[in-house]
Amino acid sequence: MTQTRRLSGLFVALAASGMAFSALAADPLKIGFVLPMSGPFAAYGKQIEHGARLYLKEHNDTIAGRKVEILVKDDTGVAPEISKRAAQELLVKDKVDILAGFGLTPSAFAVAPLATEAKKPMVVMNAATSAVTTKSNFIVRTSHTLPQVTAPIASWAAKNKIKKVFTLVADYGPGHDSEAQFKKTFTAAGGEIVGEVRTPVKNPDFAPFLQKIKDVKPDAVFLFVPPGEQTIAFMKGFAERDLAKAGIRIIATGDLTDEDLLDAVGDNALGITTSFHYADAHKSPENQAYTDAYAKAYPKDRPNFMSVGGYDGMQLIAKTLEKTKGDASGEKFIEAAKGMSWNSPRGPVSIDPVTRDIVQTIYIRKVTRVGSKLQNVEFDQVPAFKDPGKQ
Amino acid sequence: MIDLTPLTRATRWHPAELVFWLLPVAGYFLLQDNLVLLTQIAITALFCLSLDLILGFAGIVSLGHTAFFGIGAYAAGLMAAHGHGDPLLGLLVAGICAAVAGFISSLLVLRGADLTRLMVTLGVAMMLYELANKLTPITGGVDGLQGMEIQPLFGSFAFDMFGKTAYWYAVGVLFVMFVIARRLVHSPFGLSLKGIRQNVGRMPAIGAPVNARLAAVYTIGALYAGIAGALLAQTTQFVALDVLSFNRSAELLLILVLGGSGCLYGALIGTIVFMTAHHFLSDMNPEYWQFWLGLLLVLIVLFARDGVMGGVRRLGALSKGGAKA
Repeated sequence: MTQTRRLSGLFVALAASGMAFSALAADPLKIGFVLPMSGPFAAYGKQIEHGARLYLKEHNDTIAGRKVEILVKDDTGVAPEISKRAAQELLVKDKVDILAGFGLTPSAFAVAPLATEAKKPMVVMNAATSAVTTKSNFIVRTSHTLPQVTAPIASWAAKNKIKKVFTLVADYGPGHDSEAQFKKTFTAAGGEIVGEVRTPVKNPDFAPFLQKIKDVKPDAVFLFVPPGEQTIAFMKGFAERDLAKAGIRIIATGDLTDEDLLDAVGDNALGITTSFHYADAHKSPENQAYTDAYAKAYPKDRPNFMSVGGYDGMQLIAKTLEKTKGDASGEKFIEAAKGMSWNSPRGPVSIDPVTRDIVQTIYIRKVTRVGSKLQNVEFDQVPAFKDPGKQ
Repeated sequence: MIDLTPLTRATRWHPAELVFWLLPVAGYFLLQDNLVLLTQIAITALFCLSLDLILGFAGIVSLGHTAFFGIGAYAAGLMAAHGHGDPLLGLLVAGICAAVAGFISSLLVLRGADLTRLMVTLGVAMMLYELANKLTPITGGVDGLQGMEIQPLFGSFAFDMFGKTAYWYAVGVLFVMFVIARRLVHSPFGLSLKGIRQNVGRMPAIGAPVNARLAAVYTIGALYAGIAGALLAQTTQFVALDVLSFNRSAELLLILVLGGSGCLYGALIGTIVFMTAHHFLSDMNPEYWQFWLGLLLVLIVLFARDGVMGGVRRLGALSKGGAKA
């Protein structure tokens, strides 16, 4: 009895001295992630977290000499009040230095005023609506914006003998945005929109739309629907009704043929042409190293644009803190992050000093079978492309 | 002369109720770091209270109660986004908008029996969801309504990051609305609702206009839900489409069943239990917390029929019975 008490006393003393010791070294850097970890968007959260943790693991959990601690909070997807509550607790209770993550636009919008009030950097690793970075001066984004990945496919199509396009988008904000951007770029480049439909966001039946497309006979369909089931359903109908044989192509943004989804769509996806900022088949030494490390750490998953957003988010944080010598205070961090450039697995990227948004190469890719896997194979590119949504 | 003692006794405040209302005060001092959670618990409790009024007292089942919550949230949100940021004015307008919508839809809801009502309420909520999605230029659609500027409460208490103002504001509104609801259910009007729930055929025989009473309580329920929605919009300073989502309606029904319907406190306690469990489980395990939450719910419903309040009542009866023996 006395012995255990004495022992536990010893432990307490040890623990106390340990604490005193770590307080002498620099305080650990706390990064609070707000991500959808459950619900329909759980895959986003998981992949972003994987990417971020992979970067940290490669750097022994240390950034600019400071030990890094990651806290993850689930916001269940589209529930901005939960995102806001999570961010508020991370700031007030856990006293994090940096906010990060944000799978969907509404959660980024809801948290933006907090970043401003607390003067903490907020690193957006996915939410893709163009206006996100305008909502707080403390936001930087390391993913992409919707107009940024939409415009290049429109210019590419206009240059490559696709004169008549039928647009089919899901009837919600992102669908409207991509439709507007596509039309703008495509018609400016001399193309013609021969038909447009907006389909319901939930459980649409594509059959009548597919028939209509077949009747109109465009050169291509521009498709924007929520990635997942709908993509699979559309592709299946497209193949069954022989639209491909009628010479109609599918062009889209690359989230539709995201690596996480591609295997589920299967061979119906072959030949779809998309524009996007990342493909796991991208050929570069950085990407080779990244995909190898990812496969080793998470053998069940394929790296995709979500995980690379998380990875680059951490890379941006690390490079910025090296520049500020470990100082993560809001104004200094954001000042240092502006104009930062590095070689990402997706190619050279930088942060636009004016908009705090990412500037990156957008690739034109085609779904092709490489060995046993379906891959987005890149064959054209637009280097250093800025978000056209803010011009 | 009719003996009204049992009725007047029920309207008197029980000491346990007073203790219960000291909890928010204690919560403020003990859980300073969790004020946002407590604020959202208070808001959800108010929302749940509104469902209890129509389901627990009047027996109208609804799977689309978010319709009114959403209307309130968007009303308050749009007010604040267009320069009318006074929180109390926002609450008032939101409540009126929701009540009007509640009255109109009560004409539909009252036509059918339980199953029809489930369908009609669900349908109304889904239509509103699609409407809010379609009206992107006004509501912000999927991206959410932005640019809400809420003025300080009473002109002097600003809504800050630590959420102190928001907390007292939400708790204060909840308390006032609760007291009103409490008076309401103990009034002759409330008693007639209980009568309708228990035997709808007999009520006309004693001269109670069934449909008018149900329409009235449905409108009041909508008003409460609208105010809860407005509170959420104002304290989050953001409105997203999910205020109208089916999930929220279903979760609300779950909370009410968990807490125990038909006694007002069930709605409050159910919300506290559910949201606290949700919070801690999802903090411990961000990915698989839903499993544990589900397990907890199944256990509670298995061992405490009529929810937590039912369990409490049975325990009370047991101890009394024991004392007598």
